[in-house]
Amino acid sequence: MEPRPPPSPQPTAAVAAWRRWKSRAMSLTMGLCTLAVMAPLFFVLYFLLREGASALDWNFFTQLPKPTGETGGGMANALVGTMVLLTMAGLIGVPVGVLGGIYLAEYGSDRVNRLIRFWADVLNGVPSIVWGMVVYALLVVPFKTFSAYAGGAALGLMMIPLVMRTTEEVLILVPQSYREAGLALGIARWKIVTVIVMKTALKGIVTGVLVAFARVAGETAPLLFTALGNNFWNRNLAEPIAAMPLQIFAYAISPYDDWHRQAWAGALALMVLILGLNLFVRLVSRDRAKS
Amino acid sequence: MTVTLATSFSTAAQPAPPGGPIPPAAPGEPAAFDIRGFSLWYGTRQALHDVNITVPARRVTAIIGPSGCGKSTFLRALNRLHELTPGTRITGSLHLFGEDLYGPGVDPVVVRRRVGMVFQKSNPFPTMSIGENVLVGLRLNGVRDRNFLQERLEESLRLAALWDEVKDVLHRPGTSLSGGQQQRLCIARALAVQPEVLLMDEPCSALDPLATAKIEELIQILRERYTVVIVTHNMQQAARCSDRTAFFYMGKLIEYADTRDIFTKPANPQTEAYVSGRFG
Repeated sequence: MEPRPPPSPQPTAAVAAWRRWKSRAMSLTMGLCTLAVMAPLFFVLYFLLREGASALDWNFFTQLPKPTGETGGGMANALVGTMVLLTMAGLIGVPVGVLGGIYLAEYGSDRVNRLIRFWADVLNGVPSIVWGMVVYALLVVPFKTFSAYAGGAALGLMMIPLVMRTTEEVLILVPQSYREAGLALGIARWKIVTVIVMKTALKGIVTGVLVAFARVAGETAPLLFTALGNNFWNRNLAEPIAAMPLQIFAYAISPYDDWHRQAWAGALALMVLILGLNLFVRLVSRDRAKS
Repeated sequence: MTVTLATSFSTAAQPAPPGGPIPPAAPGEPAAFDIRGFSLWYGTRQALHDVNITVPARRVTAIIGPSGCGKSTFLRALNRLHELTPGTRITGSLHLFGEDLYGPGVDPVVVRRRVGMVFQKSNPFPTMSIGENVLVGLRLNGVRDRNFLQERLEESLRLAALWDEVKDVLHRPGTSLSGGQQQRLCIARALAVQPEVLLMDEPCSALDPLATAKIEELIQILRERYTVVIVTHNMQQAARCSDRTAFFYMGKLIEYADTRDIFTKPANPQTEAYVSGRFG
């Protein structure tokens, strides 16, 4: 006969009540912490809506800024400018970042990879204004002009380490067995990487790229000494170009009420753009979780 | 138990492989693999010691031995897949039908086209349909001829005894199939590129007895046209479906003989201890 384990002691009514009270207190505390974390987001949205919604009319999306003293006008040039800058940033950041991520995940040796990863993480932590200064020295000073190219380059350089690290991470998640299966079929390595591994990880790569876009779309500092800003349409990419964050910055520090309203509206539009991008990312990545 | 199941799946239900059955190799036929003085190191750890073995063509050769004895390493050396692990080194020679697979200027990609492989866990490509999975080896090697691809698709799936089950759902994802079907899909994928040899690394260890029986039956059909080398943990499986058996222990080839002899009158006491279940 094996000795039976002692029966677990039944808690007395008082002990049980104390435990219930403790459990409720902790649940409440954590609920409040969650609220404290989420509150700023709702405050930001609330203020943007309250202050910006009134100035967010049709003119805002179709007209150029009015000269000082006149009311009305819009940010059409800044909206288009941000799209142009993001496109140029994507042309630099996406190919370099994705190819870098492929190198890290598929080809590089451990020692080289450690070094590259370390530098990428350092670059991710570089203050964005430093990126602006670097591009100022590299592209603005030699050509003696602020330009859309310089602004796009600054944002593109910021995207590289972001895209590279996320691409690497999702490629590493693709099971090794797929690569082995491909190799055992006598398929060349680069074809396995492009057709099999990248296709499997495509949604993750797209998600990483979109997150990088959302991150740089709202950047102001790297554009200050590169794209500069422009009150008119940009007709030549070698000349200064307007961007949403720059326009918001210029209006917000101005002394005019009408411009302040426009700045709120611009901030609201930018926020909605980035929120939309993030929601799209969630949609894309949820799809991945299902399959 | 599994033996009874295997026999209950009569081969009569299987369509004859296209091109008609090919008689087993004549005794005088050349060896597929001729391996002399083959040793392999992972860094400083030696995984294979001076292996000498001749693998006959159009026969099933089973590799048995306890975990860590080097049998999987040996199998992966046959198509140079071990080179994926950094820091490996080999000595000795390994010839396939007289050609040195490790010779200077030999491209491992070409070696692997001749020596196909099926893995322990089925691994159909998740982004591809059943049909795409079968044809991926040909397509990525530049084959564009639609008629030829269609022919290879049907022939490979028939050979893998999967055609009747999937012929109407070729567009469905490969991963939608059951475990046993996925493994047969992987076999079809390996056969589509028409390799000379098929390596199988414990192909049934993740399958239930029914699916295992199907694969074993399939091996008997493949044997008529291909050279099969199968690593298995399951000694009954080796006894059931192989012609020759090699017993590895601690990275050394201990004994290599006709399967019947290995299991009934092993020459080496270590082999006898292993096949009779006293260790391993």
